[in-house]
Amino acid sequence: MARFLVRRLAVMVGMLFAISLVTFLLFIVALPGGNPAGMLAGRLATPAEVHLISVHYGFDKPIWVQYFRTMEHIFDGTSYSYQSGFNVLSEIEAGLPTTLSLALGAGVIWFLTSIVVGTLAAIKAGRYTDRVLTVLSMIGVSMPVFFLGAILIYYAGYKASLIPISGYVPLSNPADWLWHLIAPWFTLSVLFIGIYSRILRSTILDTINEDFVRTARAKGLSQRQVLLRHILRNSLVPIVSLWGLDLAQVIGGGAILTESVYSLHGVGYLAYQSVQHFDTVTLLSIVMLTAFCVVLLGAIVEVLYAFLDPRIRLQ
Amino acid sequence: MSAGAPLLEVDDLRVSFATEDGLVRAVDGVSFTISPGEVLAIVGESGSGKSVMAMTLMGLTRGPNARIAGRATLGAVELVSASERDLQRIRGASIAMVFQDPMSSLNPVYRIGRQIVEQIRVHDRSVSKQEASARAVELLARVGIPHAERRLQSYPHEFSGGMRQRVMIAMALSCSPRLLIADEPTTALDVTVQAQILEELRVLRQQSDAGIILITHDLAVVADIADRVIVMYAGRVVEHGTLDELFYDPQHPYTWGLLGSITRVDRDTSTMLPAIPGMPPSLLRTPQGCHFRPRCPHAFAKCMDVPELSARAPDAPGHLDRCWLEVEQKRKLRVVGDQIGLASSEPVIS
Ligand SMILES: Nc1ncnc2c1ncn2[C@@H]1O[C@H](COP(=O)(O)OP(=O)(O)OP(=O)(O)O)[C@@H](O)[C@H]1O
Ligand code: SF4
Ligand SMILES: [Mg+2]
Repeated sequence: MARFLVRRLAVMVGMLFAISLVTFLLFIVALPGGNPAGMLAGRLATPAEVHLISVHYGFDKPIWVQYFRTMEHIFDGTSYSYQSGFNVLSEIEAGLPTTLSLALGAGVIWFLTSIVVGTLAAIKAGRYTDRVLTVLSMIGVSMPVFFLGAILIYYAGYKASLIPISGYVPLSNPADWLWHLIAPWFTLSVLFIGIYSRILRSTILDTINEDFVRTARAKGLSQRQVLLRHILRNSLVPIVSLWGLDLAQVIGGGAILTESVYSLHGVGYLAYQSVQHFDTVTLLSIVMLTAFCVVLLGAIVEVLYAFLDPRIRLQ
Repeated sequence: MSAGAPLLEVDDLRVSFATEDGLVRAVDGVSFTISPGEVLAIVGESGSGKSVMAMTLMGLTRGPNARIAGRATLGAVELVSASERDLQRIRGASIAMVFQDPMSSLNPVYRIGRQIVEQIRVHDRSVSKQEASARAVELLARVGIPHAERRLQSYPHEFSGGMRQRVMIAMALSCSPRLLIADEPTTALDVTVQAQILEELRVLRQQSDAGIILITHDLAVVADIADRVIVMYAGRVVEHGTLDELFYDPQHPYTWGLLGSITRVDRDTSTMLPAIPGMPPSLLRTPQGCHFRPRCPHAFAKCMDVPELSARAPDAPGHLDRCWLEVEQKRKLRVVGDQIGLASSEPVIS
């Protein structure tokens, strides 16, 4: 376990370095909006002013110096947005509770619902229930988030006043917090439930034909015991690994659409705004956060793996 | 062989599967009985329906594509029509089965100990986990697994195929079944372990008077332990008799072929007969009449009709076979050189 952690940490550092470098080159150097000094100086600035700004921010330095300075700022929390002038770290920190509430709640919902839906579809394979669930999954997968969100807000929120229309309430007021998150959770989960339940269904149908399932039945276990202990338990690995990666993405600002539709000012919303304003410094920080989450949850998933399937060794 | 009521009575059991290519008649009218304390061997080439027949007795071949007919009576229960709930009570407790493929028959994600304990406790909730573990250790030791106590903590992938098979056997023995079905239990094992397992089966039958159905390709194992033998070919029983009847007075040409192709150390390899030429028929399209006809060197006109499984030798009323030849003819035809075999198969120099 100790060796696993050390190795995993080394991989993590290496990956973060590689990702930061690539993102830096893409966002800062090959900046889509052109020269950052020019953008900072504004449209009416003279070349001399642009040059001054360029020197001030270090845009005239070699790329690797720029890279290390940028990274230094990101990690010691002294990175400021060229556009708004706000401290990037505090911006992200401000958005994190919202995003974590959204991600973790939705993550639990879509994981558990997928297990129920996938299992039900598998044990009713080919029959009416399975077909209905198949169609529902297809709809879920192809339903655009902004469309689903708009429908919910309009009908359930505006027309029927069943749910609040938008916004986030901190966890210090749990009832309101839950109330405001129900629709976003649902909206974010639908796609994942569609995908995960399909995958689980087919994994279960493969597992059912395994010899050890026949052994379990031959022992005299009830159908429910065979299903839960021997079929489902052995079918979880694929969706657990997906779950880790998807959750990491959502925490790292991936729920851009859901956050925008419901005006949840989380990391995804921040990312959306940075894209709109070519705020590359903020964007770079968010990408680093996403990468960090992906790598971290990747390691956690691997531990879960080894727990779910003892044949997989931590290394 | 003990007298009295039979343990299991199988009557005209038929199993077929609807597949894309058509109806697969895997078991085509099998009947036999087995008494307490008796070892019944079932032999036959691959695909002859042995495993399907055995699994059907436990209700494990049921499914939307399976058609099952006939009767199999164990005590008061008729297994073919029994409810799933009744079968659950019987499985593992009255009938236990050791499956053919030990590599994949254990759940890879649970420790060996837990899997044995599960079997012990599923039929008797009053046994505590500790008691069940202690019994699991005993069982593992009985089937010859060293350091049984520690091995309880191992996962299946940490065991060799032979060790896994022994775990399966330990599990099958754990509830002292009245009927044990062992499907190729010794195939994956080396000779010493094989002997150990066979010894264990003998002990089981002596101590608990259990009946044993032993499915095997290995006629040496049959000779070692069986009381009676059933020879299956393409879903049908083609010969059924005591061990001595089968080995010393075999009536069906297919049996001759099986006997002729065993490797025997007491014999010069140059006179060893090859395996039966040809392939068993597809169960989708079995030949008309005697199923063995296309491979039988002695086939004649009458073989286009299905021979009944009946006693044909006047001196052995329990010795049944499905071949149209006269007993006297058979006794002549089966002698090839100085041994029993299938005539037209030329002796090979190997
Ligand atoms: N569920 C099923 N659906 C369709 N066909 C099946 C099914 N189960 C078994 N069969 C077919 O039934 C036939 C008999 O199979 P079975 O496993 O009983 O043979 P066997 O005598 O045990 O052979 P082996 O010695 O190789 O174990 C085979 O042709 C097999 O393909
Ligand atoms: S019935 Fe005919 S074909 Fe069948 S085994 Fe006897 S002789 Fe051969
Ligand atoms: Mg078999």
